[in-house]
Amino acid sequence: MSQEAQKEKSMILQKEMIEGLFNDLDHAKELGKKVCYTFVPGNLSELIRTFDMLPVYPEINALQSAMRKKSGGYIKEAEKNAHSEDVCTYVKCDVGMMMKGNIGPTGTKIPEPDVLLLSYTGCFTFMKWFETLKREYPNAKVIMVHTPYQENAKMTPQMVEYMVKQFKEEVIPQMEAVTGIKYDEAKLQKMLALSKQSEDWITKIFDTTKHRPSPIDAYFAGVYYIGPINIGFRGTQEAVDYYKELYSEIQERIRLGLGPITPEGEMKEEKYRLVVEGPPNWTSFREFWKIFYDMGAVIVASSYTKVGGVYDLGWRHDPSRPLESLAEYCMNCYTNLNIPQRIDLLSKCITDYGADGYITNSIKSCNSFSAGQLGMMREIEDRLEVPVGFIESDLVDPRYFSYSNIKNRLESYFQMLEQRKIMEKENV
Amino acid sequence: MKKYYLGIDLGSTTSKAVIINEQDEIVGRGITNTRANYKVAADIARDEAVYDARFNLLQRKIGEDVTKPEFKKYMQDLRSVFQYGQFRRRMESLERMLNKTVSEFNYENKAAILVKLKEIIETIRPQIQHGFINEDLGSKNQFFRDIVSEKYNVEVEAKGKEFYEPLMLAFDKSITPIENEMVHYNFKELVLEAMKILDEKYKGLVDEQEDGSHEDWYYAQLNAVKNNYKNVEFTLRDHIEDIANEEIHIAKMVGTGYGRALLPFPEDCIKSEILCHAYGAHAIFPNTRTVLDIGGQDTKAIQVDSHGLVTSFHMNDRCAAGCGRYLGYIADEFGLSLNELGPEANRATKETTICSTCTVFAGAEVKELLHNGEERPNILAGLHKAIVQRAMSLIARSGGVRNEFTFTGGVARNEAVLKYVKQMVTDSYGDVTMNIHTDSIFMGALGGAMFARRNISADLPTAKEKAKQEN
Repeated sequence: MSQEAQKEKSMILQKEMIEGLFNDLDHAKELGKKVCYTFVPGNLSELIRTFDMLPVYPEINALQSAMRKKSGGYIKEAEKNAHSEDVCTYVKCDVGMMMKGNIGPTGTKIPEPDVLLLSYTGCFTFMKWFETLKREYPNAKVIMVHTPYQENAKMTPQMVEYMVKQFKEEVIPQMEAVTGIKYDEAKLQKMLALSKQSEDWITKIFDTTKHRPSPIDAYFAGVYYIGPINIGFRGTQEAVDYYKELYSEIQERIRLGLGPITPEGEMKEEKYRLVVEGPPNWTSFREFWKIFYDMGAVIVASSYTKVGGVYDLGWRHDPSRPLESLAEYCMNCYTNLNIPQRIDLLSKCITDYGADGYITNSIKSCNSFSAGQLGMMREIEDRLEVPVGFIESDLVDPRYFSYSNIKNRLESYFQMLEQRKIMEKENV
Repeated sequence: MKKYYLGIDLGSTTSKAVIINEQDEIVGRGITNTRANYKVAADIARDEAVYDARFNLLQRKIGEDVTKPEFKKYMQDLRSVFQYGQFRRRMESLERMLNKTVSEFNYENKAAILVKLKEIIETIRPQIQHGFINEDLGSKNQFFRDIVSEKYNVEVEAKGKEFYEPLMLAFDKSITPIENEMVHYNFKELVLEAMKILDEKYKGLVDEQEDGSHEDWYYAQLNAVKNNYKNVEFTLRDHIEDIANEEIHIAKMVGTGYGRALLPFPEDCIKSEILCHAYGAHAIFPNTRTVLDIGGQDTKAIQVDSHGLVTSFHMNDRCAAGCGRYLGYIADEFGLSLNELGPEANRATKETTICSTCTVFAGAEVKELLHNGEERPNILAGLHKAIVQRAMSLIARSGGVRNEFTFTGGVARNEAVLKYVKQMVTDSYGDVTMNIHTDSIFMGALGGAMFARRNISADLPTAKEKAKQEN
């Protein structure tokens, strides 16, 4: 029984923003705007906008293709062209889409890149991805920034300095050369002030899962909420307005004591509160989500919603230190944290949001997420004595989503939680 | 009225049922092969468990006498011949179906095929009868399909090439509907019939020469039963009526196993096999902290807490290598039965390294190795080792062996697997207590029955009504 999806005002706002961006991309030439391809982790959206460029996020296009059931065909196309079965499926989906005419999620052609900007190097595949694109778009300027890994769990002044130097000596001059626009620090600062506001709002939004029932699902709906802040709108008034609106809608849900909205309407009973590590599967996103909400499971926090920035612990963009804060931002995205930092962060989520369990969705073709996941799970299990679950799927390759395997595992996991609750009640 | 609780574990290869009483004691176990119709498989397993329960109650009624050699032997024979009674009825249906199937064939030599079929049936019928009555076939854990097809295939081979295809086709077409047909038997009728057969058997019993081909107790039992079977019959007759009429009232039940979603049970009576296996294993061995279950098509490494509740688990994914089906496939490759695999592997002088991580490729590798003159037991040992290695990796992923280790599932019956599990667990985790129980294959069903007794708040009738309404 599928109900008409509930459309809130914030959803409409988001849709308008995304359509606007793709419309601009479609008319980039007429608008005289340059196009910059970049990735969500460590994205320098504000800097890109300072130079009036339009951002394109290949991994977002890939996941959109998957949700529109097009990724399977694109991946096949890439494999025909010698991309092996083990290559990251985001890459193959993107390459395949390009080969098939580069038609984006809104049905219009995505313009070729003027700049390929890599500002996060924690994922080695990103680097190879742009090397591949460079061969396809020989006229594009490649700008690669080396982002130091937080090996010692801190961002030292030297690390910041090292990155700022790259911005000043590499990134900014090259962007000036491509766009013919002079670097305007005041413009950047203005945007960073708005970024800070967006970040404040989104932190408050994800913090609402403290309520019982949780008014939102911080994973399945969370991936929509992070859209604007991750895909280039962070430093815009539109994003601030969107998050303000979203927050007030959520406040209303809290006031009414409502649970999260699912594709089949309101979730009626909150039985389990979970924290999820790892990206979702995009090819069967609805089916995947349904397994959870059918069981009354709500995700109260997820690591995936932190890939575009970790704001939970108070870090914000700072207009008074524009380039320094951009450097910190790049170094502070989730997959650039070392494993103990990730464990601490997830443990804090489990404790703060009163989670009953912790689930890892391990992605077959994503090294940057998968490395260390089992160890993290073990450590969290030992530290918090929380029941843990492990499932495997893939980002955008439909061949690697086995519904029955995942359902069987999750069913077992939920029954395990249920059993514990019964035992705990008996022991009280 | 006494209350009993039923757990049914519908696995990919076998379906198991366990009945427990209010003290969590197992009163009956039943097992059958899983077939296309899951409901029939579950019902047969349940019926088997009920018969087993009645036999166990009967033994309890006999009291201390049951330990006497004549009673021991008699009860063992009685169960085997009781199975023959069931077998015979199903066999009659199969014979009719075979004849019908062949009659509908379009082969030119149909009449000749029918003659051959008749010959085969008349050859195997007494063979099987003899097997049940005189050779203890009933205790060999073989199912109807296995027993018949083994004998049938041998006879078909002997009938010549021109009959091979139609006769095999006739069997394949006939066995499935027969297997998927539910037949309820009358316990009392079957027991009395079995007693009559045994009466005949013992009457004609001649003294066996003690030539050392059997253990001493064998001759002792044989002599005892020969001299005292009338007495045993007399004692049993007293109780049969009561036992047959005793209502085994199943108060609650739980279904588990990979086919659980297809069981005709209400939703709240369906439980994950991971929980059930862990709970069952923990009930038998309360200090268990790590459970390894190797079933037909999946392998599970499960960590449990002191209450028997699962804290985490890992399963094999996307690949059958490392579970029971792999063994089945290998057995087919070698033309052995599943029961022969373990003993054959244990005859190895070394373990051949098997590189393929895929069931199908392993088959190709085996052929190559045989071609190169590698000994069969050595290859089998390598294959068994490979399975256990895969299981060990799952155990490691799930957190390792933390304390007592319990091995469950059908594959725990394979002695070569057992040997490597013991070896590798000790190598990796030191001297931990390792539990393997004769009931390993029933752990999931036992866990299910225990869950049934504990925490299904809804009474079955209400839950059933709910399920009906939803349909």
